[in-house]
Amino acid sequence: MIRLTHVDKSYPNGALALRDVTFRISRGEFVLLTGHSGAGKSTIMKLLFAEQRPTSGEVRVSGYDVTSLRRDEIPKLRRRLGIVFQDFRLLDDRTAAENIAFALEVTGARRDTINARVARVLAQVGLSAKSRAHPRELSGGEQQRVAIARALVNDPAILVADEPTGTLDERATRGVFQLLRDINAAGTVVVMATHDLDLVRQARYRTIELRDGSVVYDSAEDEPDAVEAGR
Amino acid sequence: MRLLTREALLSFRRAPLLSTLSVTTIGFSLFTLGLFGLVAINLREALRGLEERVEVVAFVLRGTPAETITLATQDIAAFPEVEDVVYVTEEQALARARRELVEFRDAYRDLQVNPLPASIEVRLKAGYRDAATAARVAERLRGFEFVEDVRFGRDWVQKLDHLRNITGIVGLVIGLAFAAVAVVIIGVTIRLTLLQRAREISIMRLVGATNWFIRGPFLLEGALKGLMGGFLSLLLCYGGYLLFRDRSGGTFGGLIFFHPVQMAAIVVFGVLLGLFGSLVSVGRHLRHV
Repeated sequence: MIRLTHVDKSYPNGALALRDVTFRISRGEFVLLTGHSGAGKSTIMKLLFAEQRPTSGEVRVSGYDVTSLRRDEIPKLRRRLGIVFQDFRLLDDRTAAENIAFALEVTGARRDTINARVARVLAQVGLSAKSRAHPRELSGGEQQRVAIARALVNDPAILVADEPTGTLDERATRGVFQLLRDINAAGTVVVMATHDLDLVRQARYRTIELRDGSVVYDSAEDEPDAVEAGR
Repeated sequence: MRLLTREALLSFRRAPLLSTLSVTTIGFSLFTLGLFGLVAINLREALRGLEERVEVVAFVLRGTPAETITLATQDIAAFPEVEDVVYVTEEQALARARRELVEFRDAYRDLQVNPLPASIEVRLKAGYRDAATAARVAERLRGFEFVEDVRFGRDWVQKLDHLRNITGIVGLVIGLAFAAVAVVIIGVTIRLTLLQRAREISIMRLVGATNWFIRGPFLLEGALKGLMGGFLSLLLCYGGYLLFRDRSGGTFGGLIFFHPVQMAAIVVFGVLLGLFGSLVSVGRHLRHV
């Protein structure tokens, strides 16, 4: 589903964000990307949804070659992904349901399809009762659930979550993480960047650790059994 | 389509002040353009009145037989530039002078001999009432043996030509300048809206919106602002027109306002300006996000 091959990424100011990164993620996997701030987690995330392009090497996501993707093909790739951020990125002047519906509206879906799918994902994230609430009326955990519901509404093959629990308290973190596990259990690939080491230890999912832009540890290669056990 | 309209209208509700400002600026830009247009059409109307008076007069030698003149008149009427030809006899010329030149009425009454020559008055067709054509026709009239002299008011025909050309050029230059200013203003106001909604646009792109989908509401918004600005400018122009016409104490009582087709053209021009301003502004913004 995802393959990075000898990927380098440097910025115009000369800073090297990624150095020779190679890994592949298969169907059904849940992968945690860890590392300190500035290790390169977010850069990998941005490569996955074509916000940035590699300086060299190859990035393939769900059949698309990000390296040579045409600008008009980027929306097609993004419609096959669900993307979740630390800061939720919800529109403040729209209700929870409208925020979720927005992701379907941009694809030109029909109104009755939109209503049915929004109701379904709201139920999936446990927020059916708050569909008409605006983001400011929701807790951080609830806002992140709305963001996850928005990411799910297009039935993505891959869910990309960049520090989705970064600003949440412990209880909300557990809730959001459990939601991501359920989503993965239903067959969606989940790639989650986090620096929450407790989460990494408890989860026992495949973990890729980055340091200074390089992969320094990949549990699939170093401890393949542990990864299998975590599934 | 419903979504497009909803998104475009939403921006009016979200930023009423900015939207009002945009519409007002477009309205005033087009108002200035419209005022110039009004001056231009009224000037053209006035010139048309003058133009109709462009005529070439050939004075006939005394004693020329009436048949010769009749034949010549038929020849002249067949010139492609000529609308009609009138033969004015010596007696008719004297009668006209007595009627029209009031100051010399007494002098003309006491005359023993009529000093005025007979003449052939040639009016030119619309589209041929310029100095070059008048000179050409005059030259041909001089070719008739019985013609003593030809006059066509060369100076004022030439001045009329100049005036018409200058009005056209000045109108075009000022019109284009104001149109450019209107495009820039619309572009700036749309850009302000874009900056205000940058977050929303970035979210749209993350959930897979195409650039045309993002552009759509902004283009419609620009077009709507242009439409409203167009109507506002017509209102302002009409107000200005009424004020000028009624306060001028009858001097400009004959002023005309835009024809419905011209009014529609102003509104359509406003819509095009709005569309163009938005297109440029959104295109630039999307390239940088």
